[in-house]
Amino acid sequence: MKRNIILIIIGLCLALWPLGGYQEGIVILMCINCVAAMGVSILTGFTGIFTLGHAAYMALGAYTTAIMTVRYGVHWLPAVIAGGLMAVIIAWLIGVPTLKLTGDYYAIASIGLGEAIRLILENWQSFTRGSRGFPGIDPYTTRVMAVTIFILLAILMFNMLDSRLGRELKASRDDSTAASLMGFNTPHTRMKALVISAFYCGIAGSMLGGYMSFIQPSMFDMMKSTELTAVVVFGGLGSMSGSILGSAAITLIMEYFRDISQYRMLIYGLLLVIIMVFRPEGLLGSHEVWDFMRFNFRKEADKNA
Amino acid sequence: MLELSHVDMFFGGIAALHDMSFTIHKGELMGIIGPNGAGKTTIFNIISGVYMPTAGTIYFQGSDITPLKAYQINRLGIARTFQNLRLFTRSTVLENVMTSAQNRYINTYKEEFFTGNISRTNAPDPESWYSFIESCLHLGRWKKTEQVLRFKSMKLLERVGLADRANQIAGTLPYGMQRRLEIARALALSPKLLMLDEPAAGMNPEEVFELNDLITGIHKDFDLTTLVIEHHMDLIMKICPHIICLNFGAKIAEGSSEEIQNNPEVLAAYLGSDEEEVI
Repeated sequence: MKRNIILIIIGLCLALWPLGGYQEGIVILMCINCVAAMGVSILTGFTGIFTLGHAAYMALGAYTTAIMTVRYGVHWLPAVIAGGLMAVIIAWLIGVPTLKLTGDYYAIASIGLGEAIRLILENWQSFTRGSRGFPGIDPYTTRVMAVTIFILLAILMFNMLDSRLGRELKASRDDSTAASLMGFNTPHTRMKALVISAFYCGIAGSMLGGYMSFIQPSMFDMMKSTELTAVVVFGGLGSMSGSILGSAAITLIMEYFRDISQYRMLIYGLLLVIIMVFRPEGLLGSHEVWDFMRFNFRKEADKNA
Repeated sequence: MLELSHVDMFFGGIAALHDMSFTIHKGELMGIIGPNGAGKTTIFNIISGVYMPTAGTIYFQGSDITPLKAYQINRLGIARTFQNLRLFTRSTVLENVMTSAQNRYINTYKEEFFTGNISRTNAPDPESWYSFIESCLHLGRWKKTEQVLRFKSMKLLERVGLADRANQIAGTLPYGMQRRLEIARALALSPKLLMLDEPAAGMNPEEVFELNDLITGIHKDFDLTTLVIEHHMDLIMKICPHIICLNFGAKIAEGSSEEIQNNPEVLAAYLGSDEEEVI
């Protein structure tokens, strides 16, 4: 409950603080990246399945929403949800054959699948306009909308992790054999994680489409997928608030260095190297932000006693 | 309760188990002993569904469980611990127990009238279950169920003496405590059959003594049927009235502890036979 109130306060600040047009854009981008990072985090950080193709689910969400709103005149809200659901359906189809395997197989498969989805979007000219991109999307991603969706999805995500589902995912991450001998159907568990993560990435993609009002397949390439996973590793595997913080921090840093944009990837790489050298477990390790707060409180109490 | 009938298990050309048959009755505390590589853990892996036996059948409460997957077998009420600890190392001690406490299943067996086959149905225990929507929104049964799970888990932790460590990360516990946590985690499933795989491995004599009491205690209090694999002969001789001895994947002796201790084949397997000494 406390957590929800804190999240809502953060959301209100982000949504209502008077900002200029440029800063507003950064806030929107931050929310979009955070939603995508939450999606990857539940799969990579909490279920232990590395993925290098999650930009494809963003692409699916973005294209579904774009085509629905532009071609068929659907209102953006159902179209965004449909974007998430499209990603869920495709993730389910992909998960059935690949998630029976454990270990790094899904990572390898996800590279191929991610690229395949991108190439289909690029070559299905009659439907997606291919690499020319898809222009003229209604700019429905306002600051209030982006922040609302982000906070809503964050509350749902934290609730999920603090329930039987969260424990099930962590069990299958820590020891999949033991989890199956504690009565969990582990391929099913992994499927749940993949489907939830695809939903989040699909929504993030839809929001990105509404923010840019133009999408093209090269926005969702291998580089974007790697970035999503890297952000989660940067924030700490097994820490949802870490992933959100990491994602927000990286978005801000990248925006700060936009002037020297040809060296942006260099800075990005350097940042990751620094984090991996000095804090190999990521920004927050496998703790959440409030774990540190509680720890400090206890220390204070010990001092006083 | 549990019956293995002519079970064979081959890994490639190696027979890990050959023509293994034994029965455990309800409420029994049975021990399995044997030298290294005799196939003790393989028996557990076959019963719990990690491996599918090459031949033979396993019956649990009268129904054939041989083709079932590990999680299905577990849901029928068979819980086990592991020789090389398999805790959820990055979760807290309490979470470890809660993870399995949330997975209780209620089994109902029905004998079909015409065929006489026994059909099983599994349903999650309503006391420890709530839906996905409720997990997302933290509404409905979430609060009450989590409280019940936490309460039950804490009680189990008290039973094994880990209550004061409840919020520690499981991977950071000392070895002996990790073993006891595994027992608590298995008990949280409220199993009918509990299988302990070398529960005393790596423990000092004092800890073995405590474990001794713990195993006999939970066996009585939780109304369990228990199967113990052990290397510590004194532990198993003390607590198990019914013992099986294995060697090279075959059962060489079965009986009470005195019978086992005086069985020449068992002595040969453990101490080497006279002929080998000559060579």
